[in-house]
Amino acid sequence: MLKVDNINVFYGAIHAIKGISIDVSDGEIVTLIGSNGAGKSTTLRTISGLMKPKTGTIKFEDKDITGVSAHKIVGMGLCQVPEGRHVFSNMTVMENLQLGAYLRKDKAGISQDLEEVFKKFPRLLERKLQVAGTLSGGEQQMLAMGRALMSRPRLLLLDEPSMGLAPLLVKEIFNIIKEINESGTTILLVEQNAKMALDIADKAYVLETGRITLAGTAKELQNSEAVQKAYLGG
Amino acid sequence: MDMGSLLHQFIQQMINGISLGSIYALIALGYTMIYGIIKLINFAHGDIYMVGAYLGFIATTYLGFGFLPAIIFAMLGAGLAGIIIERVAYRPMRNAPRIAILITAIGVSFFLEYTMMLIASPQPRTFPAIFEATVYHLGPLVVNSQQILILVSALVLMVALSYIVNKTKAGMAMRAVSFDADAAQLMGINVDKTISLTFALGSALAAAGGVLVGIYYNSIDPLMGMMPGMKAFIAAVLGGIGIIPGAMAGGLILGVVEALVSGFISSTFRDAASFAILILILLYKPTGLLGKNVREKV
Repeated sequence: MLKVDNINVFYGAIHAIKGISIDVSDGEIVTLIGSNGAGKSTTLRTISGLMKPKTGTIKFEDKDITGVSAHKIVGMGLCQVPEGRHVFSNMTVMENLQLGAYLRKDKAGISQDLEEVFKKFPRLLERKLQVAGTLSGGEQQMLAMGRALMSRPRLLLLDEPSMGLAPLLVKEIFNIIKEINESGTTILLVEQNAKMALDIADKAYVLETGRITLAGTAKELQNSEAVQKAYLGG
Repeated sequence: MDMGSLLHQFIQQMINGISLGSIYALIALGYTMIYGIIKLINFAHGDIYMVGAYLGFIATTYLGFGFLPAIIFAMLGAGLAGIIIERVAYRPMRNAPRIAILITAIGVSFFLEYTMMLIASPQPRTFPAIFEATVYHLGPLVVNSQQILILVSALVLMVALSYIVNKTKAGMAMRAVSFDADAAQLMGINVDKTISLTFALGSALAAAGGVLVGIYYNSIDPLMGMMPGMKAFIAAVLGGIGIIPGAMAGGLILGVVEALVSGFISSTFRDAASFAILILILLYKPTGLLGKNVREKV
């Protein structure tokens, strides 16, 4: 579904991503783990079109999307929930969700998906008319995810959904990620919380200073000594 | 002066101030919208107002248009000019340091002023009287039809703008881009197009102000945008830059203050009063009257 082939990304003179390749197949949850500054977010931002790779190609459903602008990529069915949520905190929950469906014109489909989102996140329904800036961190994460789902993506990129959340909420969010995946959306998940991420993922990549150092099924990585030492506190 | 005539004078100046203020508000809206979306104080905005006035002049004098077609002509023309200016002068600078784009804006301002001098000569032009200026006497108070025209036009435009910004998809996109351009892109919003639209709307409003002033004062010249441009900037800061209702409120307050100062003190102090307001607001409430102190959440 998604094929990232040997991309190199620069921030000015800084070589942030050094030849990364990632494969995501239809229906999977794939996770990218690694410590702070390893290049996980940059990789996602490059896939979603917010940044452009200097070399290498990115293919989504066999279409070359390298260098295509972010707003067009959304229309192709690939949507990113950015790190730090980035909800429109001056707008209401409802308006945020409507913006998620910005490119869609099928009114019936939109209201159906809105219902789905409210079913997944009942708390958003309660706070429908509340300004998003007044939501708690967990609720904002739910809103950011709900907003992304409103574009009806086939591939959802999640950047650090657990960041800054209480353990109980993290569990809830991860359960919802699994649910979203089970209803047919492929997921590429970036996480610092490697333990949680490996628990729900099918496949995983370990990123260190812009390079992939390990790749395999989530099981394999969970059992790998290096991963246990570096990321699972074992 | 006895109490009665003092009161009449006060109300009379309020009427004058509100009609002047609604012009400031129209121009201030463009400042604030453009600032909101690309964080640029567009110093060429006052000159767009001048271009609008000249377009209105062309429409009425040479094309024989009436008021409504003339103001629409000016708004469309200035809107297009706004789009072109953004495209040619500001877009290439979008990732440059803020000071660079600010200096570019000053350059655009001079470019518009002196190009207009080249085309239309520096001499002031007389704006044709499209309306018989009827003067209405309400007891001791005097209101003329032009003031009513200004007020009604400004009001209609502000209601239309509020509708566009708050109720339409394009308006929602504008708000989203001004709040967080990256997140807006991830919703599928075309940021470049949205910025163009913002320039078009802001410039069209300034042009409407230019035509209304042309009708009111009968005279336009290539440098007419400098002072109102400054005043509108003050109005935008006073209301809270980037906040649309703030620009409307700021414009009206500034107009009323200026009228009161001219009426009760002296019209020579009018401009000084405006700049004093700018200094005071920057000292005591730099976020403006409707601005909130924004704390950055990390």
